[in-house]
Amino acid sequence: MTKILVVDDSNSIRDMVNFTLKSAGYQTDDAKDGLEGLNKAKASAFDLVITDVNMPNMDGITLCQELRKLPNFRFTPILMLTTESSGDMKMRGKAAGATGWLVKPFNPDKLLATIKRVVR
Amino acid sequence: MSVDLSQFIPSFLEESFEGLELMESSLLTLEAGDNETIHSIFRAAHSIKGGAGTFGFNEVTEFTHLVETLLDEMRDGRREINQQDIEILLESVDCIRLLIESARDGEPCEDEKIAKTSALLTETLNATKTESPSDESPVSTEDNGAENLTYWKIQFLPEHQLVQTGNDPLLLFNALADLGEVTLHANADELPPLTEMHAEELYLNWHIDLVSTCSEDDIKEIFEWVEDECELIIHKASPQKQEATEHTASVASKLTSTDTLQSKTPSQAQPAPASRSNDKKSTAKPKTEVGSIRVGVDKVDSLINLVGELVITQSMLSELGSDFDMTKLDKLTSGLEQLLQNTKELQESVMRIRMLPISFAFNRFPRLIHDLSKKTGKSIELVIKGEQTELDKTVMEQIGDPLVHLVRNAADHGIEPAETRLAAGKPEQGTITLDAYHQGGNIVIEISDDGGGINRQAVLTKAIEKGIVEPNASLSDAQVFDLLFEPGFSTAKEVSDISGRGVGMDVVKRNIQALGGRIQVESEQGKGSTFKVNLPLTLAILDGQLVRVGEEVYIIPLIAIVESLQVEPKLVNRASGDMVLYRLREDNVPVLPVYQLFNLPADNTNINESLLVVVEADGQKVGLMVDDLLAQQQVVIKSLKDNYQQVEGVSGATILGDGSVAMILDIQGMINIALQRAQREQRNIEKVAS
Repeated sequence: MTKILVVDDSNSIRDMVNFTLKSAGYQTDDAKDGLEGLNKAKASAFDLVITDVNMPNMDGITLCQELRKLPNFRFTPILMLTTESSGDMKMRGKAAGATGWLVKPFNPDKLLATIKRVVR
Repeated sequence: MSVDLSQFIPSFLEESFEGLELMESSLLTLEAGDNETIHSIFRAAHSIKGGAGTFGFNEVTEFTHLVETLLDEMRDGRREINQQDIEILLESVDCIRLLIESARDGEPCEDEKIAKTSALLTETLNATKTESPSDESPVSTEDNGAENLTYWKIQFLPEHQLVQTGNDPLLLFNALADLGEVTLHANADELPPLTEMHAEELYLNWHIDLVSTCSEDDIKEIFEWVEDECELIIHKASPQKQEATEHTASVASKLTSTDTLQSKTPSQAQPAPASRSNDKKSTAKPKTEVGSIRVGVDKVDSLINLVGELVITQSMLSELGSDFDMTKLDKLTSGLEQLLQNTKELQESVMRIRMLPISFAFNRFPRLIHDLSKKTGKSIELVIKGEQTELDKTVMEQIGDPLVHLVRNAADHGIEPAETRLAAGKPEQGTITLDAYHQGGNIVIEISDDGGGINRQAVLTKAIEKGIVEPNASLSDAQVFDLLFEPGFSTAKEVSDISGRGVGMDVVKRNIQALGGRIQVESEQGKGSTFKVNLPLTLAILDGQLVRVGEEVYIIPLIAIVESLQVEPKLVNRASGDMVLYRLREDNVPVLPVYQLFNLPADNTNINESLLVVVEADGQKVGLMVDDLLAQQQVVIKSLKDNYQQVEGVSGATILGDGSVAMILDIQGMINIALQRAQREQRNIEKVAS
């Protein structure tokens, strides 16, 4: 079963993403910031990480860089969930090793359609 | 599939309001170079924008986007933090709050403040001519209208390290296959000799033929995440109309899946379906807020513990009861005692759930003071103490507005202008202190200022002018200050838009009394004033004194009782007619025989041998004549209005331990009755005299 880690500091976004993914049959775990996400990633394997960019303690870009340093996460898709659709932010994400990005407003159908591009 | 997200709207709203509060309090303390604070303000705005977009609250999204852009510039150091921008941001916080509220209620927001602030924001942003990132919707597809099948030729030449960012060509091809019929041709020309091959690199490239009704943007979107890690060439194959018709049959099966995808795409530009259904819902039942409370886990844990103990006690008692004999009486008594203890603790714990720290009510004051300082041109510091003091949620919600009024008053009338302060040898900056603490079963909230104090003479003159008091009446300080709460009373020489329209203080007092509380004023000329609000901790339970009149038991709120005494006959004065006054130290207290009021047969109708319970409300005392004082206990208030109808002199009812119903006396009502009687007597006498 595909297991997805959702990292976002906003409760409601996290709940919504979780809910959407679960209703599509994915297994999920979540974290409220980059640091918690990193710790969860170290503790178990995930097939996909969806992370917000702006978070306290550790932001999404740093999380991405840190995850890529872990052997288990070298090829794991990492998607940035962000309202900042400027090319600059995308480039920073890519440079940090992100697979792609999801532009908020968060749309459940769109989310499910796009993650198919990175997980089986 | 479509996922209905409307169930998450309440938590989004709650989170947004919290975020706005955080923005507000952070903005008030924001100083240049404080990056962590700017970040947290930015994050709050960012979350609101993101969530609002999801639910289709477009006005919120648009407005917040401006705010976010401004904050972003501050965050990146492209913009200096100045007071003017902070003011605009504070205004914006108010606007976002208004917008969210109207989005919640499903009504359009028509406050002119929004347009004004929005224009200000735009102007501020344009002033620094920073290009606002406006490529908001890179995925919108305008020209997807081509009903005809197009033959796409796609060359996909990925860089060798493409897979290292977690991308997988096969999944991309699968996504393409959702658009139409895909034919893949892999090209292995670049495959190096085995000895030079790196296991983590990709050496293949592909030619893809796609037959689909999709647009070029649809294809680009699929490769969006890898576009800078590959060479991607997309072009339409030469129009082969004849071939197309041949193909139609073979692609027909694929068309169904294409259709579903096509039908989804346009919806991205519009509000998500989930939010539309929400709009309907919220218009159907506007403003029926179901309040929720966040409860600390420790409180819940203690409840569970207590319930556990209750269950143990219950099973012990039922075991005892199944074969009881008198030898086990001791056990029964201790069991019942334990039950009493459990119930009491459980009650306390449940009440604690409704208790919130008063900081919830105090939080809005820093902003209020900030605004008031600006409006009045006075420099005012706000000191908040005891913000962890807990208070019932309902009481808290209702005390907010009266407190705001009192604080406004302190800022407007209390604190003097800087020149006056300096002349009086006081620091230029005035101080308003908010304090809260528990006292007995009550919470006391104090609003004090170090301003000029209340001018006793001015109040008195004004009251005489308004005909509220007799010109030659001699009043104590407390009585004079109480005049401030008279309807239509305002001593401010000029009416400002902050306070002082003369409506307000009386409303403040009425609101506080409606909560079963009282307000007192202490003031010293030149030193400042203190408004003391005394409130019960909760509205659901009351500390009561049980009294007996004939066969009936009544409950007098303990907070209203001044003292209970055995009547000393020589202190009884018959004023006129039926009116009896009792001399209590320097006061003459009217006596109100409860048996007369409720038409009851009492044990004792002789005033000289009776028991008096002296109660006070609104500064007025009255002596209630009762037959006996019984226990003091906490009673749960049941509304008489909900269950029966309003009864004069009775504020509610409760059920006593023996199952009987007892009325809770409405002290204010009793005093009104006594006063009316006194006035009637007075008129009768006048009539007789004339």
